[in-house]
Amino acid sequence: MADKEKKGVRLDHISKIYKDPKTGKDFYAVRDVSLDIEPGSFVTLLGPSGCGKTTTLRMIAGFESPDEGEIYLGGQPINELTPNKRDTAMVFQSYALFPHYNVYDNVAYGLKLRKVPKAEAQQRIERILSLVELSGMESRMTNQLSGGQQQRVALARALVVEPSVLLFDEPLSNLDAKLRVSMRTEIRRIQQALGITAVYVTHDQSEAMSISDKIIIMHGGVIAQMGTPEEIYYHPQSEFVADFIGEANFLMGDIVSVQGDNCVLAIGNHRVTVDNPSGFPVGKSCKVVLRPEAGVLAETGDLPCKVVLSCFMGAYQNYHVMVGDTLVKLADYCPVGRRVFRVGDTAYLSFREGCVHML
Amino acid sequence: MNRRQSARLDRKKFFADPVMLGAIFVLIVFLSLFILYPLAMLMIDSVYVRDTKLLGAQSLLSGEKIVYYLEDGSPAAADAKQPAYVKLLSEDGEQLVPVYDAAQKGLFPCAMQVRQADTATPALRIVNNKGKTVLAPLSDMQAQLTLFKQNGRAIKAADALEMDNVYIKVNDNHLTFAAFPRIFQDYTFNQAFRNTLLLGVIVGFGSTLIGLLFAYVDCYVRVRSRVMKKLFDVVSMLPVVSPPFVLSLSMILLFGRGGLITRQLLHIYDSNVYGLKGIAIVQIMTFFPVCYMMLKGLLKNIDPSMEEAARDMGASRWKVFTTVTLPLMLPGLGNAFLVTFIESVADFANPMMIGGSFDTLATTIYLRITGGTYDVTGAAAMAVVLLSLTIFLFLIQKYYLESKTTATLTGKASRARMLITDRSVRVPLTTLCCVISVFVIMMYVAIPFGAFFKLWGRDYSLSTKWFAQLFRDDGFKAFKDSFILSLIASPITALLSMVISYLVVKKKFKAKGFIEFTSILAMAVPGTVLGVGFIRGFANGVFRTGFLQGLYGTGAILVIVFVVRSLPVGTRSGISALRQIDKSIEESAYDLGAGSGRVFMTVTLPLIKDSFFSGLVTTFVRSITAISAIILLVTPRYLLITCRINEFAEKGAYGVACAYATILILIVYAAILIMNLGIKYFGTSKQVRLSQKGE
Repeated sequence: MADKEKKGVRLDHISKIYKDPKTGKDFYAVRDVSLDIEPGSFVTLLGPSGCGKTTTLRMIAGFESPDEGEIYLGGQPINELTPNKRDTAMVFQSYALFPHYNVYDNVAYGLKLRKVPKAEAQQRIERILSLVELSGMESRMTNQLSGGQQQRVALARALVVEPSVLLFDEPLSNLDAKLRVSMRTEIRRIQQALGITAVYVTHDQSEAMSISDKIIIMHGGVIAQMGTPEEIYYHPQSEFVADFIGEANFLMGDIVSVQGDNCVLAIGNHRVTVDNPSGFPVGKSCKVVLRPEAGVLAETGDLPCKVVLSCFMGAYQNYHVMVGDTLVKLADYCPVGRRVFRVGDTAYLSFREGCVHML
Repeated sequence: MNRRQSARLDRKKFFADPVMLGAIFVLIVFLSLFILYPLAMLMIDSVYVRDTKLLGAQSLLSGEKIVYYLEDGSPAAADAKQPAYVKLLSEDGEQLVPVYDAAQKGLFPCAMQVRQADTATPALRIVNNKGKTVLAPLSDMQAQLTLFKQNGRAIKAADALEMDNVYIKVNDNHLTFAAFPRIFQDYTFNQAFRNTLLLGVIVGFGSTLIGLLFAYVDCYVRVRSRVMKKLFDVVSMLPVVSPPFVLSLSMILLFGRGGLITRQLLHIYDSNVYGLKGIAIVQIMTFFPVCYMMLKGLLKNIDPSMEEAARDMGASRWKVFTTVTLPLMLPGLGNAFLVTFIESVADFANPMMIGGSFDTLATTIYLRITGGTYDVTGAAAMAVVLLSLTIFLFLIQKYYLESKTTATLTGKASRARMLITDRSVRVPLTTLCCVISVFVIMMYVAIPFGAFFKLWGRDYSLSTKWFAQLFRDDGFKAFKDSFILSLIASPITALLSMVISYLVVKKKFKAKGFIEFTSILAMAVPGTVLGVGFIRGFANGVFRTGFLQGLYGTGAILVIVFVVRSLPVGTRSGISALRQIDKSIEESAYDLGAGSGRVFMTVTLPLIKDSFFSGLVTTFVRSITAISAIILLVTPRYLLITCRINEFAEKGAYGVACAYATILILIVYAAILIMNLGIKYFGTSKQVRLSQKGE
């Protein structure tokens, strides 16, 4: 597969309009989405249900046709190609294995269509099956497999045709929580090993974080933000993104001084230095995103708060505190050796340096 | 918002798939040509009268040359073979009038000029094919044209020709609704219409009631013996296996004038089974198992906890039945009623055989076509009435009741029902069921006995002479013809119906509604109506142009009728089978590079093998037992078993009829056994179902 030229996918101002079945009105399911997926990278479309991520994926596969814009695969426009003529392979949410074929025949299906010689096909199938760790199960019927195994057959069936782009439509949502975690590492491992371009759709943010080179967060048919998992987590550009990825608290603060790229923000009596990429002037009041693990509770300080919930979660102590009228959720990892606050206690909140981010 | 781009792309993708396009094209042609077109032809026939009228030669005496024209108004070439028209001046202006006689006699090429002859003899001036004008006395014309008097009588050669009393006949085809008032005043029609409705209502009620009884006992009452269960299975299967009119035959054998029961056991010598009561009993016995199966499915879906809740609040069992079970089933009962109503109205064979003087619409239409009064317009108008009736009922059933049934009964029963063990309920209900079942089985058993008894009614010693006679006649040919034609029809139907279901369930395209509606609509078309439609539509070729005329009278048209008659059943089962299959299975095959045809053959068809198999056998069984449409279309070249049975039964040769029927039942039964074996050994669908349940 390494000898095959890697191809990227480019979406150029793609829109898709659907008719609302209730009102009969047209609406944008996907609106003006432009994307450039690097060859060999793993890109995840992440968003709540109805955000247009699956529609986008199905447009890349060719099941839906865009109303505006053009899709390019390896530089070639593919808008007019039917799914069977596109060099993509999709892994479906329901696996969509052929129940009347055994594992081997399922995987062989795409190769037969491509008229790959039998000996070569066999070699390729064996290689792929060992890659997904299903060697020895060739003659099993699909209904004799566990969910995780079925998932891997679906993956093998898509991989064996050596597509330019691999498409995943929420492939892990039918698995139980534990299997989901191990399967996602496996998908990432195989993708890395083959260096194949992958587009992955999910609504599970931890899945997206752990698997992707790049995450595209979609909301209401448009791209809310795209970037590496770190960028998205630490520098969300909107309240929606901050809230959707991980847990986020929002506090209001005023800029009291600006020093170069940084500024000092006053939240109550507490002062904290944050990045000021937008170059806000002194006196502007703005919203601050505080991740639960970025807040520290102490017995002294200058931002008093009231503990309304304190609950031991094993790895961390979970707090809900009221800062003025605002509820702030905190996670204190490894609280051993520190004071554990109880409900009704008054504590002082401070922020870890560099972990606070201004919207 | 502009959706043009996706529309354009979808169109482009759609047209990039030649296999699917081809399939859709073939289907549209097939359905329009063999379902819609014959029905449309019937409608046209009922309002479009092919008539002739007399045109006075006097009126032609304008002194001008009259030229023959083609239908489009252009002057006819000298050697034109098309029907000729003449242009006349009338009050409405210039008019093209087709010359009936000229076409009949091949008079053209020639133009006709009518003029008061110089001589005393009235004459027509004719331009002959060499372009020469010759004066033809009317008396000479008689050699080529029939001339008429005003009263419509043909002028004989011996008659004197008077110029003001000479007419030629011209075509006068026109639209008229006169046929409808005419048949509505027709006593026979009115009687038949009333009879049909009356019979439909009686049979609908009777079948629904007995079906409900069986379904209730099956689902609610604890039945001790396994014999009873077996009995239920047999009773529900028998009507499927048997040709439609077998019960009529055995009814005559058992309860007729020479009936085994009426005459030999009860010593009634003037028993009369013919007429309404005979048909009603026979039809109820034939159709109630359909209701039983329908209602059983419904009752199984009622959640027992609803009834238990009512019981718990203190309702008696009867109260529960009337206030909970019955209201829940009401749309379903209506559904069953209408389905049997339609079946009864459309049934041809039973009224034909046991109706006596009690004519229904189906038989009246048949007699109009085949009997002495070859009243095509009348028959077509009656067929339109019958068709409207069944389609009206069908639409109510399909779009109103079916949606209501699913609305009231959604979801599965949460767990098994506590069966009624109470003797006061159990004993009377099961006894009633037993009596009916035994009665039905006895009717079927009478057939083989009828074939083996030497002379029913007189000599009950066993003999094989009827079978011997059957094979001495053309019995063997009848079986061969029926068998082969049905065998050809079944794979065509099975494949077509699977393709239709695939397109309807899994694809999006403009003509989808048309394909789905037409193929299901065929269910509401009574066989007799279809038969008349095929006669009118194909006897002179499509639209009487001679195109496809060769089809008429061949085996191919019989096969087509078999296909059309079974298509709705296969399509229905295919659609419901396909609805259960996850759309993404086909999408994944498509995505991996398979075109529509490939997807269908490698993925869809294997997944609905069961449905395909049963479509195959159902078509075979329906075809080999079919009679209503076929009896109008069959020619002496083909002998069909069902028509032979009908013939012999009409002649009173019950022994031979029974021998035919016995062998037919055996063939059908064997076909069903083979189907079950086939599904057991080749059907992968079981695994499919298991794997889908697992998800």
